[in-house]
Amino acid sequence: MRIVVSVKQVAALDDEFELADDLHVDPDFVEWELNEWDNFSLEAALQLREAAGEGEVVAVSVGDSETDEGLRSCLAKGADRAIRIWDEGLEDADPLAVARVLAAAVERESPDLVLCGVQSSDAVNGATGVALAAHLGLPRVAVVTSLDYDQATNTATVERELEGGLIEVLRVQCPALLTIQTGINEPRYATLRAIKQARDKPLAEVGLGDLGLDPGAVSSAAGARRVRLAHPEKGEGAEMLTGSPAELATRIAEIVRERVG
Amino acid sequence: MTTVLVVAEARRGEIRDISFELIAAGRQVKEKAGASLAVAIVAAEPDRFADALTTEGVDEVLTVTSPTEHFEPHVASQALEALIERERPALVLLGHSIDSLGFGPAVAALGGLGFASDVTAIDWNGGPVARRGAYGDKLVTELEFPDKECTLLMVRAGAFEPASGDGSAPARAVEVELDAGAARSEHVEFREVATGDVDITAAEFLLSIGRGVEDKDNIEQFEELAEAMGATLSVSRPLVDAGWMPNARQVGQSGKTVKPEVYLAFGISGAVQHQAGIKGAGTIIAVNTDPEAPIFNIAHYGAVADMFEVAEELEKQFE
Ligand SMILES: Cc1cc2nc3c(=O)[nH]c(=O)nc-3n(C[C@H](O)[C@H](O)[C@H](O)COP(=O)(O)OP(=O)(O)OC[C@H]3O[C@@H](n4cnc5c(N)ncnc54)[C@H](O)[C@@H]3O)c2cc1C
Ligand SMILES: Nc1ncnc2c1ncn2[C@@H]1O[C@H](COP(=O)(O)O)[C@@H](O)[C@H]1O
Repeated sequence: MRIVVSVKQVAALDDEFELADDLHVDPDFVEWELNEWDNFSLEAALQLREAAGEGEVVAVSVGDSETDEGLRSCLAKGADRAIRIWDEGLEDADPLAVARVLAAAVERESPDLVLCGVQSSDAVNGATGVALAAHLGLPRVAVVTSLDYDQATNTATVERELEGGLIEVLRVQCPALLTIQTGINEPRYATLRAIKQARDKPLAEVGLGDLGLDPGAVSSAAGARRVRLAHPEKGEGAEMLTGSPAELATRIAEIVRERVG
Repeated sequence: MTTVLVVAEARRGEIRDISFELIAAGRQVKEKAGASLAVAIVAAEPDRFADALTTEGVDEVLTVTSPTEHFEPHVASQALEALIERERPALVLLGHSIDSLGFGPAVAALGGLGFASDVTAIDWNGGPVARRGAYGDKLVTELEFPDKECTLLMVRAGAFEPASGDGSAPARAVEVELDAGAARSEHVEFREVATGDVDITAAEFLLSIGRGVEDKDNIEQFEELAEAMGATLSVSRPLVDAGWMPNARQVGQSGKTVKPEVYLAFGISGAVQHQAGIKGAGTIIAVNTDPEAPIFNIAHYGAVADMFEVAEELEKQFE
């Protein structure tokens, strides 16, 4: 069986940061890391491959060279190969444009299962996976917290997490696309040896042309244009307490005692 | 005339609250754009919801009969695609809810629509302008949708006050050819997450800890502090995901909605799904090392400080 896991290298802002202009953050204040959700979907894929005793896990990402580190970590944890897709025109790409590009790459893999994260921690679109499923013509289930794959029937029985602690159990015929929620499993760490070995695993770099896409098709797939990036209006915001930890504790204790004394 | 189409949600026989928030959002756009406002409901027996959805400002309720008893995302996709083709709305409003996450982006992708999710504010300037968070809500962005005949926005729960007031909009059944084969997933059952030893929804005082606690072994310090202060301990999702704390203690969208007099949060960033659970809290006090943590936008009192140091000092206050 072949499982494609779509992963994103996300931007985490430093505690203090500055804007470069009214559309971008100054890159000096950004750390890159693999999206939290994607660790869980990768782990789910690895477990399925291990249970099947055969198969291939392919990690795919749309991103610039910062993304290589994330893909290497997927390889170190056990993915068999990785594909990084990039084109200058993809900077600031919105989820629909990214889904369009991913679709071209994933289609070539003819996967039995495609796993995405529910959302990316920086953009919080919650959209790329389901948009990708639409392009691929695959059935999809969003926000999956449990996955049971039956090889004989090629079906997946999954749990979908709804609001307020309600769960829906449902069944879907594969190939299918699932968006994976945190907590579905316990993601593994890579051993030092595996990290070394991962250097020899294939990481293909492909451009739009390699996928038969032209930049026009990608930009017309985009759903939105960003016109401004700014600090949020603070509103009333919190009254900030200051002082040493002891002084803070005294104030907090006062506030608490006034209300629930 | 410009049409705004709201897609209402129902689950297990009841309209979900987000539907009325979407109507409120639609009403705002209706005024700014001089549009008409239609509300669609796709369900096995949609007529039973028509009356309740006829709130003030709604011009028409559109009912679509679903072949499945429960929400099914592929049925929902097909129904919405048909509605868009027939009604030609300039703007479609969906909730940024779990159900809509399963079909909204698909309809937008295949229809070449304008699109944004987790939208917190909508303006109209010849077309829709949407606002949403960026970098985990540390920043906000404004989005435009040039050259799009139709834009689909998924609106964050709680961003709009729910609409109220009776209206008198007529209901119209929209015939969409949907057969049982439209569904591509099969409902097995609904299940409630197991309840635990405590009921955090009943607590008057919650001391809540998040990923800032860093390690399972560090939780004990806060358990002791909670006990000393007379608080019940609750947590953010990552602590439950890691298996450090039981489900029953989780606050938020997929956990519990709490309403304590005091919510004292240590090392919680304040992600939207966490915020969803503490809207009803009386006083929110947040301790976080990151001055830009979104929790400070909704807290009443904040302290930029190390949670362990503050906890240690608090413990002394309550010995
Ligand atoms: C569909 C869906 C449903 C979800 N449902 C929920 C839900 O019900 N409840 C929920 O909580 N989340 C939920 N989430 C997850 C949510 O998006 C966030 O990932 C989560 O709330 C983050 O938890 P956190 O604030 O503890 O962790 P983080 O976001 O990692 O924040 C940790 C914070 O601790 C601070 N910190 C670190 N060290 C210290 C220190 N020494 N002293 C003080 N502060 C420190 C950091 O500055 C940071 O702000 C859901 C997500 C999705 C997609
Ligand atoms: N640039 C990208 N490359 C590969 N996968 C992505 C990318 N962006 C988003 N995804 C996938 O879509 C999921 C949800 O992201 P988002 O829609 O941005 O919230 C992620 O967890 C990934 O699985």
